[in-house]
Amino acid sequence: MGVEGIGARVARKEDKRFLMGQGKYTDDMSVPGMCYAAFVRSPHAHAKIRSIDISAAADMPGVIGVLNGKQMLDDGIGNLICGWMIHSKDGSPMKMGAWRPIAHDTVRYVGDAVAVVVADTMGEARDAAEAVVVEYDVLPAVTDAVKALEAGQPQLHPEAPGNLIYDWEIGDGAATDAAIAAAAHVTEMKIVNNRLAPNPMEPRAALGIYDSAEDHYTCYTTSQNPHVARLVMSAFYNVAPENKLRVIAPDVGGGFGSKIYIYPEEIVCLWASKRTGVPVKWTSDRTEAFLTDAHGRDHVSTVKMAFDADNRVTALKVDTIANFGAYMSLFSSAVPTYLYATLLSGQYNFPAIHANVRAVYTNTVAVDAYRGAGRPEATYLLERTMETAARELGVSPAELRRINFIRSFPHQTPVIMNYDAGDYEASLEAAMKAADWAGFPARKAEAAGRGMKRGIGMSCYIEACGIAPSAAVGSLGAGVGLWESAEVRVNAVGTVEVLTGSHSHGQGHETTFAQLVADRFGVPLDSVSIVHGDTDKVQMGMGTYGSRSGAVGMSAVVKALDKVETKAKKIAAHLMEADESDIVIENGALKVAGTDKSVPWFQMALAAYTAHNLPSGMEPGLKEGAFYDPANFTFPAGCYIAEVEVDPDTGKTKIVQFVAADDFGNIINPMIVEGQVHGGIAQGIGQALLEGVHYDPETGQLLTASYMDYTMPRADDLPSFQVSHQITPCPNNPLGIKGCGEAGAIGSPPALMNAITDAIGNNDLTMPATPQKVWAAARATAN
Amino acid sequence: MYATNYHRASSVADAVKLQSSSDEAKYVSGGMTLIPTMKQRLAAPSDLVDLRHIAEMKGISVNGSRVRIGAATTHYEVSTSAELKAACPAISHLAAHIGDPHVRHMGTIGGSIANNDPAADYPSAMLALGATIVTNAREVAAEDFFTGLFETALEAGEIVVAVTFDAPAKAGYAKFPNPASRYAMAGVFVAKAGNGSVRVAVTGAGSNGVFRHAGLEAALAANWSADAASGVDVDASDLLSDLHGSAEYRANLVKVMAKRAVAAA
Repeated sequence: MGVEGIGARVARKEDKRFLMGQGKYTDDMSVPGMCYAAFVRSPHAHAKIRSIDISAAADMPGVIGVLNGKQMLDDGIGNLICGWMIHSKDGSPMKMGAWRPIAHDTVRYVGDAVAVVVADTMGEARDAAEAVVVEYDVLPAVTDAVKALEAGQPQLHPEAPGNLIYDWEIGDGAATDAAIAAAAHVTEMKIVNNRLAPNPMEPRAALGIYDSAEDHYTCYTTSQNPHVARLVMSAFYNVAPENKLRVIAPDVGGGFGSKIYIYPEEIVCLWASKRTGVPVKWTSDRTEAFLTDAHGRDHVSTVKMAFDADNRVTALKVDTIANFGAYMSLFSSAVPTYLYATLLSGQYNFPAIHANVRAVYTNTVAVDAYRGAGRPEATYLLERTMETAARELGVSPAELRRINFIRSFPHQTPVIMNYDAGDYEASLEAAMKAADWAGFPARKAEAAGRGMKRGIGMSCYIEACGIAPSAAVGSLGAGVGLWESAEVRVNAVGTVEVLTGSHSHGQGHETTFAQLVADRFGVPLDSVSIVHGDTDKVQMGMGTYGSRSGAVGMSAVVKALDKVETKAKKIAAHLMEADESDIVIENGALKVAGTDKSVPWFQMALAAYTAHNLPSGMEPGLKEGAFYDPANFTFPAGCYIAEVEVDPDTGKTKIVQFVAADDFGNIINPMIVEGQVHGGIAQGIGQALLEGVHYDPETGQLLTASYMDYTMPRADDLPSFQVSHQITPCPNNPLGIKGCGEAGAIGSPPALMNAITDAIGNNDLTMPATPQKVWAAARATAN
Repeated sequence: MYATNYHRASSVADAVKLQSSSDEAKYVSGGMTLIPTMKQRLAAPSDLVDLRHIAEMKGISVNGSRVRIGAATTHYEVSTSAELKAACPAISHLAAHIGDPHVRHMGTIGGSIANNDPAADYPSAMLALGATIVTNAREVAAEDFFTGLFETALEAGEIVVAVTFDAPAKAGYAKFPNPASRYAMAGVFVAKAGNGSVRVAVTGAGSNGVFRHAGLEAALAANWSADAASGVDVDASDLLSDLHGSAEYRANLVKVMAKRAVAAA
């Protein structure tokens, strides 16, 4: 691997600019004549707009324009879309209500945009936005998805009677019911997956620049996938044709899914730039982020897990209600279906599974993919239920899992997925050893002596990453293919630029993608640059989400590197009058194997561009591109163990140990992978112990709209993590890698909740397990 | 934030003059509450008069058993003062656990007291220590100073310049922080005066702000021990309920924090 190649712990190249505060984010972008947008937002969760009076605002200092949704409609700007078609079990297509970038008729959540002010300064724009007078006829609101399905509740969209978007199923219902009826034991639970606000460090922002001379638009935006943004804004929102729209996602400070989607604000900035004749910038503040960034999770499920007399699983039946919020966000429909129910087999050999999922409109902000997207929901449901079953059956949680592990591959589950490789026992054993599982009773006794309740819990997760084979997702309703592209440009002096459709917003691509090149050609890491995030530079790409940049994005780079290597060897063979098949690349030089003949890499590159002496018929230059479409999903898996101490007097939970044993396949940079795992676990701890979005159920006001009430994890909430890797290479991509970006957030919540419920001896506990809730649950058992 | 004019006052008299020059002027000390409120456009003072650089409002002195803390003294200074740590370590401990290092270097004792956030730490110490709040016009007993949620006895334009109190024989403070804001969800300051009288003040939990708890005071006066606090009935009916803690949970926390405060004293 060398010191900079595959497998090396190379420090992140991008960190210098980030740590020195020299990153260049959307809000750092400034162009001559730029003005600022401020949105007028609905203070009501559900209301008819009676009138909008802009007269006072329009006369305020610095105001250039006050624009509304009717004007946007008149200009032909389209509805926001959901890009994945799901059909209900009766065959009908999902019921999608209209989502206007600026509401002109009805507002459906607190924060829905009703007008936008463009002014010379941000302060003037905000002052004028406050002066816009909107009269509403307030309507009753509903924020809870279960309640929204009941008769007599407020109706959000005429297209979706009963607020039901779809009623979808997967698996064999009859076989599942039969197995449950015949089971020796059935564990039943109600599982709630709490609603989360993503909270990337950088809030969303957009800068729209309209060039009237060229009739061309440029959009700087906080996006995880600028090419998808361009495609959607061109094809569906009618902002501009693709060749007249450049989308740039520069440095982006975290996304966690929330920056996949195309939101109203970037469309409005582009449209408003043409309307007003000035470049228009909008930057969200933290309150706006809480109100308008797509939230994650929010499922309510019931589950039945059936066992035979030998404690082998025979069936799983799941019924889930998923809160979609007021509008269908870009990938919302896929999250509780193909990213959730297809993972319900977990690591276990279920003969039969049936899941039913209802997607529901409520008067809350849209819900879409958030780190893990569907897979944390599946893992939480499965692993809480498996742990509960072990307690009910009187079997150790490890033993019950072992009995039921899938042990031969490939394995076809009852819910579409075909697992390609894995060794679940290896991760379980590694985790139990690292956690000293056997020593737990002694630690529990010692803690009891101090008046503390100590508990231990595990979670064996699997996820589907490397999203995704295009034809397969197309057949399931996806509106796009999920391949990736790459282009490798070797410059005349031998330095290398890699253009990729993967976007880096914290993942360290500028380092790991460069390691592939250093490994292949033996060139220094510093001579490799990664170019991404600009539709004028990179032709096309599908972006970063679903732990896909390694398995899919890097595979595209590998394909392009293959082509470059082939041509480089041809040139070197020609220069050294050797046979192409005898050329090897070592230490930055192309050599004739078994001889002392060699051409330095840079000299070969120069020869490609001088073209003075190339093989007959060869084109000059050295630049190759490739598209890679994966053959299958990848299946990272692992075992997490949490050990906690609960203070019964206050209900405060302290995580005293956290072990992660992951199989991500092959690893390019262990340090970056560990960082991804640490971050993921921190978010999982956030979900399990700290974070929860609350809306007032009557008024639909967001109660957790700031860090005074929304508990983000802090350093002192987190333990040190013990991380290890067990490696079964993925057989379906050239690097054998599976992906690591979401595992921590997927695997950790059930391990923590299993540990806390073990500690207090009460299984009736929902996330987040706040001190108040844990205190009450512990007291209920004590009494 | 709306536009505002900043003034740095050089003396108490200067501050009063600057403040009185506008109907919409406000004093600012550390600004730990006012500035975020202004950033959210929930407050719009035309003028801010900064009290942090007034010499007569700064510094800590201990004369015999009498302690004086200037109102512009930061939490960091209170938490690290050797004199205070000798005279009343509980108040240094309290100050060391307000907010985070940034807050402790900006926030001041006078600002905290004048704001009287129902979840702030200092009001409980003032009440339990029987402190005197010294303003530019008068001296007010802590008992009479804290009058309700974000309400004090301060008149318009009046400035807290210092607090004074007699060093207690014993004192302790324990709080359970709100998981999100880290303000006190229940903070209990216990103090036993030189004459043996006991005062117990509770912050973060009361629906009308900081208050003294008669039951805990009586129990601890009879028997200064954590166990004595355990036997006290804490009534939940006048306590706050919110997302993070019901009144019942806060009642439990008051008792637990009282025990821990006594143990730490």
